Amino acid sequence: MPLISAAGLARTFQTKLGPVQAVRGIDLTVREGEILGFLGPNGAGKTTTLRMLTTLLAPTGGAATVAGHDLATDPAGVRRACGYVAQSGGVDPQISVREELVTQGRLYRLTKAQAIGRAAELARDLDLTDLLDRRCGALSGGQRRRLDIAMALTHRPKVLFLDEPTTGLDPGARADLWDLVRRLRETHGTTVFLTTHYLDEADALSDRLVIVDRGVVVAEGTPSALKQKHGGSADASLQDTFLAITGRRATPTDTTPVAV
Amino acid sequence: MLLHDTALIYGRYLRQSLRSRFALLFGVLMPLLYLLFFGPLLTDLPLGGQGSSWQLLVPGLLLQLGLFGASFAGFSIIIENGQGVVERMRVTPVSRLALLLGRVLRDATVFVFQAVLLVLAAVLMGLRAPLAGVLIGFAFVALLTVSLGSLSYALAMRVRTPAEFGPTVNALSMPSMLLSGLMLPMTLAPGWLDVLSHFMPFRYLVDAVRDAYVGSYATAHMLYGVLVAVALTALAVTVGTRVFRTSGA
Repeated sequence: MPLISAAGLARTFQTKLGPVQAVRGIDLTVREGEILGFLGPNGAGKTTTLRMLTTLLAPTGGAATVAGHDLATDPAGVRRACGYVAQSGGVDPQISVREELVTQGRLYRLTKAQAIGRAAELARDLDLTDLLDRRCGALSGGQRRRLDIAMALTHRPKVLFLDEPTTGLDPGARADLWDLVRRLRETHGTTVFLTTHYLDEADALSDRLVIVDRGVVVAEGTPSALKQKHGGSADASLQDTFLAITGRRATPTDTTPVAV
Repeated sequence: MLLHDTALIYGRYLRQSLRSRFALLFGVLMPLLYLLFFGPLLTDLPLGGQGSSWQLLVPGLLLQLGLFGASFAGFSIIIENGQGVVERMRVTPVSRLALLLGRVLRDATVFVFQAVLLVLAAVLMGLRAPLAGVLIGFAFVALLTVSLGSLSYALAMRVRTPAEFGPTVNALSMPSMLLSGLMLPMTLAPGWLDVLSHFMPFRYLVDAVRDAYVGSYATAHMLYGVLVAVALTALAVTVGTRVFRTSGA
């Protein structure tokens, strides 16, 4: 029994310019304890898919279950089973790290004492103990990300959804975050579903990749199987493989400033 | 669960308000200026109705405070949407109604506090009104802020940018203020304006509070005021909760 399974999951937005099909029909399964890399060019529907799987956005078509809970009929069950870290994170810069962690515990219906205990535990696990009395706005990018992840782990979810978790981090902080994700799976068996633009990240971290383009899954498999099949050989770079599959680059080239 | 969650959200946002003392007092500035520089103009004018001009003006200023303050409450949620705080909470099992109620109850607390300051200032300026009437006035301020706050949050969740939100709220709140006779009673108006103002729900609220300020509690104005305020609150909270439950775009 897969931990996540989606069939024909779709979302159409009604806009002033007519309907926009952000996600046309996603079929995928994620096994328990797997680290799944969800890749695709900008606008492929990655974030929309994540927001549907975490109950933030109602699908306009298809169905999915997360940890045995149906998205449409049991959203509360899905919420208990999953943690979600959005691209933007989700903490108030004016509030202290401690207050955010304790409030999050209370939102998951822990008692005050339990929430305080859990906050201390999470801070220890994620190396935030010395930062507990800082304002969230005063943290560095890497520290902020660890806090975002700590918030999402409050209720010990079976599956953790990470939306571009390392965007904007320096190489050291990225490497730390990769270690953290691996450690989560090793020590808690947490299933991790992450989107990324960085192909080296997907390559290094994921057991399996699902590549989406224009709202549908266009390829899936282990990184080496995809390289073999689409890149021509197991030694092909994931960059070439990605281009062969989507016909586009993963990261738009025009975001690099010409001059600084 | 609803109570637990509402108390939690209320506490979070009340602490947020307490952190910025300046914002807490700033809201009372505009009605206070009206009180100081506009109020004295009315003292010798024939305004009709019972009681002094202060008993007419202060109820209007109280509702003006609620009207302008609460309609802009949504700004805070636009900022929080940008920070991802709203989605982070919506992914937890927290009650959707509590996400709204916690916020609007905080707003009601802040505006009733400001209303108390305003009334104290008005007493210094010459207002004399029965205590029961003054308390009834605060109750109307609370209901008005809960309902307008709910609608404001709902609108802010839909439009998403301050650039759309600000002008929309301004375009709605200015005519609401003028047409409900907050500054001067609509009984002074020509027939067509008086008729038009009856389509503005806030008119019934201000009429009721003016009656309360002269000590007449069992009047038709009071009945209509209570009915309109309660109906408006029920409607607005329903709309707001729907938006918090479904909002995705």
